[in-house]
Amino acid sequence: MTADKQDWPLYEVFVRGKRGLNHVHVGSLHAADDRMALTHARDLYTRRNEGVSIWVVRSEHIAASTRDEKDPFFEPSADKVYRHPTFYDIPEDVPHI
Amino acid sequence: MSDDHVYMTLAEGHEDDTRWAYGTGFEDPLHGVDTAVPDDVDAGELASLCVTLADDALVCAQRLAEWTTRAPELEEEVALANIGLDLLGQARLLYSRAGQADGTGRDEDAFAYFRDAGDFRNVRLAELPNGDFAFSIVRLLVLASWRLAHFERLTAHRDPVLAAIAAKGVKELTYHRQYAAEWAVRLGDGTEESHGRMRRAQEQVAPYLGELFTAYDVRDEVVTVLRQVTEAAGLPMPVYRPLPGSGRTGEHTEHLAPLLAELQGVARAHPEGTW
Repeated sequence: MTADKQDWPLYEVFVRGKRGLNHVHVGSLHAADDRMALTHARDLYTRRNEGVSIWVVRSEHIAASTRDEKDPFFEPSADKVYRHPTFYDIPEDVPHI
Repeated sequence: MSDDHVYMTLAEGHEDDTRWAYGTGFEDPLHGVDTAVPDDVDAGELASLCVTLADDALVCAQRLAEWTTRAPELEEEVALANIGLDLLGQARLLYSRAGQADGTGRDEDAFAYFRDAGDFRNVRLAELPNGDFAFSIVRLLVLASWRLAHFERLTAHRDPVLAAIAAKGVKELTYHRQYAAEWAVRLGDGTEESHGRMRRAQEQVAPYLGELFTAYDVRDEVVTVLRQVTEAAGLPMPVYRPLPGSGRTGEHTEHLAPLLAELQGVARAHPEGTW
């Protein structure tokens, strides 16, 4: 027995709900390959009728910002209210904005 | 303000949504289906067909449930339990239909809990103990392939209820077969150990194939599927030496009675109990 679970890579799971507009991160799991990750995700994260689409990606393939970068990354946008589209009237019948 | 649109879109749904934290929009597979048995359908034959298919599913579901807490991985445990629950759902609908068709008005519990082993019509392959993971996968592959082929035909059955049950089941069984096939290939084409276990499992399953192929004519279809999977897995097709007897006529192995004792014990101890 060579492949115990510690050897299986970690995957992040994203599910798009029936009425959801985009895939949402729902959790992670271990799997031996991409295909197994998809079936595991189907069995673990969509068994209560949540999803219509699943993405899985190896966790190591996600490039993430770090806590150290928090200020230089996100603080500069804090005082720039003019970037919000609050100066426009949005018609009532335009969805998904 | 713009966010309101997004949340409104997410929130529009069904009346019972508040019951569920996450998934919604569940459907009743028999919604709008006329439950009267059509005049041109032999009600007795329909009832015995439904019982046969339900017994396969119930016994198989029980064996799959036994993997809970014992599967090689947590994810596989959930996967096997999901498959068992799909089959349990099929069994419930089929028993209910059998009770309507045979005129006794028996409900699903009467069929599941208050018949003895000799009254069950499942194939013996379903009742054999789980063995190792390889055996369970080979058995699941065979049973799911047979059941899927059979259900695909039943979607055109003259009884609208059975046809609706079959239509629901086809989607479930397609996944069951795919799950088993992927594992069969992974194990057969895996290590020396996993390949050897698959070979052994094939030999153990082979004698029980005959029962599946007597009553309904889906043999060629099923053998084609099994051949595809075994080839992809680098496994040979097992030699076929059928055992005498058949679960379809109530002749079972010694393994069915203990399985039923566990399944039926609580319901028989508390016959009027509800939970």
